[in-house]
Amino acid sequence: MAPVATPFFFYLLAGIMLIGGILVITRKNAVHSALALIVTLLAQASIYLMLYAPFVAGVQIILYAGGIMVLFLFVIMLVSIERSMKERQFNSQWVVGIIAATALGGLFIAVFTKGKNIFPDHVLSVVEDNNTQEVATLLYGQYMFAFEIASLLLLVAIIGAVVMAKKRI
Amino acid sequence: MDRIIQYIESYLGSDKTPGAAGNMFWALVYIMLVFAGLSVAVIAMNWLERKILAHMQVRLGPMRVGPHGLLQPIADAIKLLLKEDIMPSEADGFVFWMAPLIVVLAAFTVFIVVPFGPTHAVTDMNIGILFMLGVSSLSVLGIVMAGWASNSHYPLIGALRSSAQMVSYEIAMGLAVVSAILMTSLNAEGTGTLSMIGIVQAQQAQGEWFIFKFFPLGLIAFFIFAVAMVAETNRAPFDLAEAESELTAGFHTEYSGFRWSLFFLAEYSAMIAVSSIAVTLWLGGWLRPFPNLLSGRIWDLAFSLVPGITFLFFAAICFYNTARMPKHPLFRVQTIGLAGFGAVLGLIGLVLFIPAVSLRVQDIFWFSSKVAGFMYMYIWYRGTFPRYRFDQLMQMGWKVLLPMGLGVLILTAGIALLQQTIWHP
Repeated sequence: MAPVATPFFFYLLAGIMLIGGILVITRKNAVHSALALIVTLLAQASIYLMLYAPFVAGVQIILYAGGIMVLFLFVIMLVSIERSMKERQFNSQWVVGIIAATALGGLFIAVFTKGKNIFPDHVLSVVEDNNTQEVATLLYGQYMFAFEIASLLLLVAIIGAVVMAKKRI
Repeated sequence: MDRIIQYIESYLGSDKTPGAAGNMFWALVYIMLVFAGLSVAVIAMNWLERKILAHMQVRLGPMRVGPHGLLQPIADAIKLLLKEDIMPSEADGFVFWMAPLIVVLAAFTVFIVVPFGPTHAVTDMNIGILFMLGVSSLSVLGIVMAGWASNSHYPLIGALRSSAQMVSYEIAMGLAVVSAILMTSLNAEGTGTLSMIGIVQAQQAQGEWFIFKFFPLGLIAFFIFAVAMVAETNRAPFDLAEAESELTAGFHTEYSGFRWSLFFLAEYSAMIAVSSIAVTLWLGGWLRPFPNLLSGRIWDLAFSLVPGITFLFFAAICFYNTARMPKHPLFRVQTIGLAGFGAVLGLIGLVLFIPAVSLRVQDIFWFSSKVAGFMYMYIWYRGTFPRYRFDQLMQMGWKVLLPMGLGVLILTAGIALLQQTIWHP
């Protein structure tokens, strides 16, 4: 099969992601921002797919676009849009923002110009046909401990949320 | 000309899906066929639902447009297309416009991976079932957007109910699906698969549909999925998102004409999609029934005749009713039309008796008839069960189905581990 990881697709998807990201922070209507964020997340899932990581792409769609964003929208819709539309959008941390942005941009430029030795010099072998199985073997074999710690953390977070939200259990 | 025929023949004899063969043209042909088949199925479902519901309630149902109301769905479609398309003036235009598109797109895209047969799928993905669950979960976005953009109370309540319901039932559904996927790993290598075709092939290799596997665990997982899928598609008795008595029509109250018909189309094709997940995971997909009990060449031959006989049976019903049509001259066109319809069905039946054709398409027949069984169940539920209250619905999802799903998953994993290590070391 012809490879799908062509520069055209990468630039297309990256462009969609950038536009979506800009729309997220510039829209006044919170629901429109959330929808733009969904577009960004879907484009990101497509990039994973392009990089021969179908499992990550599928999980991205299910968790972010299908699960978390629905809950986001759920909450945003209960907020009165009319009032928040009239409110002035403010940002009092632009100094910190500019510093962070220049630092990150400088890092990117530095990596792009001098970072020839950071990256492996050949493309890793892609396991497209049994991608899911490979992910499972790594996750439940080599990285078992880290995986379990992460799930324990999430469990603590869930219980904490329930305890904080409910006055009387 | 010879080359064209050779090309088509080479494809008809191929043992790969168009996606696996990397053939863009045949993939397009398959997409068109699936799209056309789905549209016909939705039209048929519309007629059948009204007819079956009517007979359950001792009514006749549609009788006026065409013989036994057979042309009623077409009349409805024309009405919907000609109707004025209204957008509320205070609505959020862009979101209002996007919502039905997203719902339809999500409902139809999942059919890319539905395996109608070992070669009859548009493509086979490594993450097939994950893709289906993920993309079909996007349809809730469309529903939420529709409810919010209408800028009206009932649609908003309907959308909120619908999203809460779908997010909660997705968890129970996912647990049931995982326990079925676990069963695919019971082979020599010990690795399972998420690919839709792979799941059916695993059932074929193990000689057992997963509904009967580790009895009753497979059955319970199937039951959880069967309940959750009704809730996922917002159908009775879980149709709180569009409860007529409380919310007029729920999230699509403000939609009319063509946009409304898109919601309708999406609802029915989503029903078909989740039914095909259930068929693929638990009911052996395209495999014919009783593969072990009634095995052997004679039974294989007998079962390969079933598709043709079914169509001939439908044709016979048409001819019987043609004979029973009123003899009044005003009914002449309808009588001829019904006889013609019967003749077409009979012709399809006869074509299906040709061994080459029947070998190639009987898997599609078995898959579709299993899905059709589910569609009948949907109508049956709607005709018999009263609607749940919302707190009862949530209680059912979180306190009954979720613990049951967890229990089934743990037990399945435990038994599978025992089987892999102790009984077959």
